[in-house]
Amino acid sequence: MIDLMNVSYDTQIPNNVGLSSDKRVLKALEKWHPGYINWWNDLIPENFQQSLVYLRTAVSVDPKGWAKFDYVKMPEYRWGVLLAPHVEDRKIPCGEHAGQPAWQEVPGEYRNMLKRLIVIQGDTEPASVEQQKFLGRTAPSLYDMRNLFQVNVEEGRHLWAMVYLLHKYFGKDGREEADDLLRRSSGSEEAPRMLGAFNEATPDWLSFFMFTYFTDRDGKMQLESLAQSGFDPLSRTCRFMLTEEAHHMFVGETGVGRIIERTCQVMKENGIEDPYDVDRIRSYGVLDLPTVQKKLNLHYTLSLDLFGQEVSTNAANAFNAGIKGRYMEHRIDDDHKLVNDTYSVCDLEGDAVVRRDVPALTAINMRLRDDYSRDASGGVGRWNKILEKAGVAFELKLPHEAFNRKIGVFANKEFNPEGKLVSGAEYDAGVKNWLPTHADGDYIQSLMVPEYEPGKYAGWIAPPKVGIDNKPGDFEYVKLHMA
Amino acid sequence: MHAGAACQGGALVTKVIDFRTDPSRYRHWRVEYDGDVANLYMDVDENGGLFDGYLLKLNSYDLGVDIELADIVQRMRFEHPEVKVVVMRSGKDRVFCAGANIRMLGGASHAHKVNFCKFTNETRNTFEAAEVDSGQKYICAVKGSCAGGGYELALACNYIMLTDDSTSSVALPEVPLLAVLPGTGGLTRVTDKRKVRRDRADVFCSIEEGVKGKRALDWRLVDEVVPNATFDETVDQRAKEFAAASSKPTGKGIALGPLERTIADDGSVTYSLVEVDVERDSRKVTITLKGPDAPAPSSIEQLHAQGDQSYLLRLARELDDAILHLRLNEAELGLVVFRSQGDPEAVLAHEKLLTDNEGDWLAREILQFWKRVLKRVDVTSRSLVALVEHGSCFAGVLAEILWAVDRSYMMEGEFEGDNRPIATVTLSDVNFGRFPMANDLTRLQTRFLGEPGAVEALKGKIGEPLEAEDANAAGLVTEIFDDIDWDDEIRIFMEERASFSPDAMTAMEANLRFAGPETMETRIFGRLTAWQNWIFQRPNAVGPDGALKRYGSGVRGDYNMERV
Repeated sequence: MIDLMNVSYDTQIPNNVGLSSDKRVLKALEKWHPGYINWWNDLIPENFQQSLVYLRTAVSVDPKGWAKFDYVKMPEYRWGVLLAPHVEDRKIPCGEHAGQPAWQEVPGEYRNMLKRLIVIQGDTEPASVEQQKFLGRTAPSLYDMRNLFQVNVEEGRHLWAMVYLLHKYFGKDGREEADDLLRRSSGSEEAPRMLGAFNEATPDWLSFFMFTYFTDRDGKMQLESLAQSGFDPLSRTCRFMLTEEAHHMFVGETGVGRIIERTCQVMKENGIEDPYDVDRIRSYGVLDLPTVQKKLNLHYTLSLDLFGQEVSTNAANAFNAGIKGRYMEHRIDDDHKLVNDTYSVCDLEGDAVVRRDVPALTAINMRLRDDYSRDASGGVGRWNKILEKAGVAFELKLPHEAFNRKIGVFANKEFNPEGKLVSGAEYDAGVKNWLPTHADGDYIQSLMVPEYEPGKYAGWIAPPKVGIDNKPGDFEYVKLHMA
Repeated sequence: MHAGAACQGGALVTKVIDFRTDPSRYRHWRVEYDGDVANLYMDVDENGGLFDGYLLKLNSYDLGVDIELADIVQRMRFEHPEVKVVVMRSGKDRVFCAGANIRMLGGASHAHKVNFCKFTNETRNTFEAAEVDSGQKYICAVKGSCAGGGYELALACNYIMLTDDSTSSVALPEVPLLAVLPGTGGLTRVTDKRKVRRDRADVFCSIEEGVKGKRALDWRLVDEVVPNATFDETVDQRAKEFAAASSKPTGKGIALGPLERTIADDGSVTYSLVEVDVERDSRKVTITLKGPDAPAPSSIEQLHAQGDQSYLLRLARELDDAILHLRLNEAELGLVVFRSQGDPEAVLAHEKLLTDNEGDWLAREILQFWKRVLKRVDVTSRSLVALVEHGSCFAGVLAEILWAVDRSYMMEGEFEGDNRPIATVTLSDVNFGRFPMANDLTRLQTRFLGEPGAVEALKGKIGEPLEAEDANAAGLVTEIFDDIDWDDEIRIFMEERASFSPDAMTAMEANLRFAGPETMETRIFGRLTAWQNWIFQRPNAVGPDGALKRYGSGVRGDYNMERV
């Protein structure tokens, strides 16, 4: 158990970076850590802080060590600094330095660009914990509550991972940036988080599942790109983070899946064939599928905005500098420099959405967004399989990328989910069917009643197929502290 | 060894330009000493060009000619303190000086032209300031054509005499003839120093043949027009009058012996007190200044006895040579790092002997020389950074370096395995007026332009060795870093700096260094030079059909008539 006042930073923090002999990082972490603990304690309600949660802790990066399960009080979670194992002779995978040995130290030329990327990535990690801070109170089961906390502590660990890089490689500036990561706060007027989607509230569990499915998937894509960085410590950090990120998307995908499953079950039990018979479906206390679609529309499009402008000089610079690659860079068969390549990006010609070729170097964001959309469609397909199996005539769809955008060529234009530019009147008439309304929100909120009994689940969500760590159905994932 | 920054006719010249010379090697000038008057004859050897490919006809000059002039001016100060008036004349019959050699300019690389102009500007400034600084007045006796750079030589003298022989004239024909500017101070001195009315200046600068006789006097282009028959006699007479009116302290000069240096294969240069370490891959050069290797002279007599071996004079000469060497011969070393190692108290002791004896000509000359060397650093177009490490001696005059550079970094606290004395910065009286910059402010005044009170407050810290936190709080350094951060922060800064565009760096630094008021000097180094360098990039001057390239062919330059 960690004595918070007297943390022995070198031994009690799981790490594979030689923390005990790294004077610089130890000194910086000593200064930063109390602020982090304060941040955590201010965030998570006290009774949950004192509860014992069955959590996975990464204590090393080998297959045996990265998923140790045990009961732990969250403030005593052992946030560690773990990097994927060093790869001998790793080369810079892309850009003008492609083929040269990967940097083990920050190249001065790219210091500021690297720092900015790390700070932006780091800023998202605590943000999501902040967005989700009230969800414990309405958890539909101890199983789900445990998953929420698992996601939270791991986002915390990802913050540590970025802070480690800032402390280790960016000197005084890096320490200031690490402090600012704790100073900014999701939704704050004074110092909001850097990216828009991370200042949106996560008011309910459907939002949480959609967020972990769609928005954490953006995180995954960003981490995948950064895992291709020529700056080796960043690459190694992100590669290990990806193993944890996968769990977050699992939580999202299975969460939405279980909601759909439960809705279908209730519809069948009550002989409801029409999925748009919303009032009747809702009368049984489950989430109707059109509302699920609306939440999907919202979270998917907010997440698309995280990819930035379709044509971006910043992204081109980062790629060309070799500090951020493309998704699966090593599997792409080209020169990895994009000297003469083109890539087709979305654009608007009059009222029509078109794709036009631009220099591939400038289309890095667009390409990653396309990869994201493909990746995101996988889970949607599996959700539809559930519907199909249940015999419910409804198909969930990713909306067109022009819909509901705040960033990029489609920003603030009235598109419908099929990607057609519509009039203001048409938009106003349609939007209540495309995006969650306040009334939808009220209904969802009305379902958010906690279920704290082991093995029991709220009526709007099905139990999982298997337990965490293969635990039985009535396993007490959280031993609640009821003060 | 690596060398060669000059480019002649497109070919890289792998010749190291050496700024060290002495009278036994002069080819272009001679000096006749006549008590308190020295007669300086410009008599350029046509075949003595620094590079092949041009003849130095009509007393035209190249960098080699100017290196000799700079040496003469310097020696005049140290070896001939008895001289109160220097008369600059031509050794040729019908020409005073035709200015910078056009074929040389036409064939030189842009970088060489720029560095050439900078050096000639510095030399002009030096003899122009000699009257105020040392009581050595340069007068110019013009017989024959005095055009372009020739008239710029005259303009930098503080009294111009022109013979009224109906042919001798002064002229700035650059614009009509060559499509460039009189860039060695010409335009600026006409308006700012001689205060020629702007429309007359406009006329003057637009006519090739220049202005002669009475009109030259009326327009204040010269100070005196003398009938040809009595010209030499009158010049001699004026020289004697000026000398008699001077209260310059004199004494027996000291010899400026040869400056010893060795250049290693990698381009590193070693002097007795200055080490120049080249790291070519990182485009970086480190200049380490060593503290005194002997105690301060116990008396002014001992200083004279030590002569050119006295610490602060030797250090100044070596640093000056190092800077010039880097400028002309090492164009790709874009980052210059200043370090020092030695006892700051000892530096201050050497300095104190000079400041305590301001009436002594040698003490004064050494301080004046430091003023020039520091100005040379100011206008060096490389990224300059100072590292105040443990064991360093940035005190008094050497502390000026910290405010001449673009950034300074200082070690804070103990460093593991480093037992050198803790890094300090020590102010002395000299930091408050002895070494004005080109803008006529001290470096501290320039640094604290927005908070003049800060400079006053710093006076209270004179003599106090300021460690990192205090130096930082006083605003004397850019950043302080402890043991943990130092190596990485310094490395990353240097890598970043070396990665920026050299053009953008040169331009940014030149703009940031000289805050505050304009002076004639800043206008020459800033406005005039920048415009000249712009023209030096434009096809109208330097293109294949530009005026510089076509000069002498009988065909005028083919100009793009679009105004920019």
